Amino acid sequence: MKVAVLGVGLTKFGELWETSFTELFVEAGTKAIENANIDGKDIDAIFVGNMSGGRFIDQEHISSLIADYAGLTPIPSTRVEAACASGGLAIRHAIMGIESGFYDIVVVGGVEKMTDVLTERTTQILATAAEQEWEANLGMTFPGLYAMMARRHMHEYGTTREQLALVSVKNHRNAVNNPYAQFRFEITVEDVLNSTVVAEPLRLLDCSPITDGAACLVLASEKKAKEFVDNPVYIIGSGQASSTISLHGRENIAIMDATINAAKEAYKRAGIEAKQIEVAEVHDCFTIAEILAIEGLGFVKIGKGGKATEEGLTEIGGKIPVNTSGGLKAKGHPVGATGVAQAVEITLQLRGEAEKRQVNADIGLTHNVGGSGGTAVVHIFSK
Amino acid sequence: MSSIPRFWRNIKSRYNLVGTKCLNCNRVYFPPRNLCPKCRRESKIVEHKLEGKGIVLTYTTIHVSPEDFGKQAPYIMAIVKLDEGPKLTTQIVNCSPEEMKIGMKVEAVFRKIKEDGSSGIIHYGYKFQPIRTA
Repeated sequence: MKVAVLGVGLTKFGELWETSFTELFVEAGTKAIENANIDGKDIDAIFVGNMSGGRFIDQEHISSLIADYAGLTPIPSTRVEAACASGGLAIRHAIMGIESGFYDIVVVGGVEKMTDVLTERTTQILATAAEQEWEANLGMTFPGLYAMMARRHMHEYGTTREQLALVSVKNHRNAVNNPYAQFRFEITVEDVLNSTVVAEPLRLLDCSPITDGAACLVLASEKKAKEFVDNPVYIIGSGQASSTISLHGRENIAIMDATINAAKEAYKRAGIEAKQIEVAEVHDCFTIAEILAIEGLGFVKIGKGGKATEEGLTEIGGKIPVNTSGGLKAKGHPVGATGVAQAVEITLQLRGEAEKRQVNADIGLTHNVGGSGGTAVVHIFSK
Repeated sequence: MSSIPRFWRNIKSRYNLVGTKCLNCNRVYFPPRNLCPKCRRESKIVEHKLEGKGIVLTYTTIHVSPEDFGKQAPYIMAIVKLDEGPKLTTQIVNCSPEEMKIGMKVEAVFRKIKEDGSSGIIHYGYKFQPIRTA
């Protein structure tokens, strides 16, 4: 498979009190369409990832809202939802629309406005990505689920508290050079270990923040893309997998089977192996999540993610730089936008437009997770 | 504020740990399932009461809680593997965070889970506590 990335657009990520939901996606969309150098009339369809407009801003029917405010009616518009994997899944649906021959040019957006409600409410809304009846309703939270994965990973594989902290330290360091990132400052292992407890053993600086933001891509068929650009970045692999919505329903709590299965499909479709990946944006909603991701994606053996992080494998300058953008931890995590923002970063890296955080790579990967691992979406990009 | 039928229809499972069993493969499910994911159309699902004993597979102490649980924080949550096989998520009571250990034996107790404000439903159900040998 081969789908071209014609254009990318991103808003600043952060607590954007003065910016509305509609302003966010219009900004990202306009940037992507300008970046692609296409016209509104060239667009065949819109797909948008959004987790919970209904709970965060009391707005459903996001698909129509977006087409309306982007000035793109009557172009068909579809919202895609898989909790925090909504953005990645929207990309996959756009790809399927193009690969099937149904559409030539598709705009894929992701957007979330999270700061219009108070933190306790946000915690409750995010917990709807867990199983409401048998996890959230009993007092379970999202940090709590990942904390339980972390505890089990430490128990089974000897992963240390410091190794978890190093994920956050690295991602903060990368975000310093990303002008779109929410947190552009460095932190130390001590800062992480001394930060407020959220859910033992995870602390505040192990957790991605509450973020407003939007991201957008313009995708096109290989044939159509040639009318606009000579050497676009291509998406050459796509994988998606489901697992139980509840963490307790899984065979093994210390691995993420949806990641393993989604990666398997993506590598197969791309005709490549894990060891060929040279840069990756993975779903580090919590520090333990990046360790589970690099293991599930096959960058390191199961159980070795903490050690590999400590040895610098995933740093800029390491063998596989991971989360050069700052990741969800430091770039910010507007849930529905995250999967699309990951694709923006990998496209910039492969185009050679990542400025001070540029790495040398021809093949890149994005990895987006919904909930505690009930959904995973993986995409592979190539020059 | 939760709906009354939604709460009411789960009472049997929440109060008495009634799960389900597939007579085709003998797997036991909790939370209950009306379709056996292994046998699917061959499923023969019947109710199955669980003993309420098991071991802790992993745990956490929640400090930042959702709205409904604000008054209870910090509290311990765990995944417990029941002796009959199924795993469930539960609060652990009568135990300090320092006493918690992976592999420790626990048993179900009946407790108040939460209140829907001052005039809504009071939710009751299972929590687990350590089995202490005298």
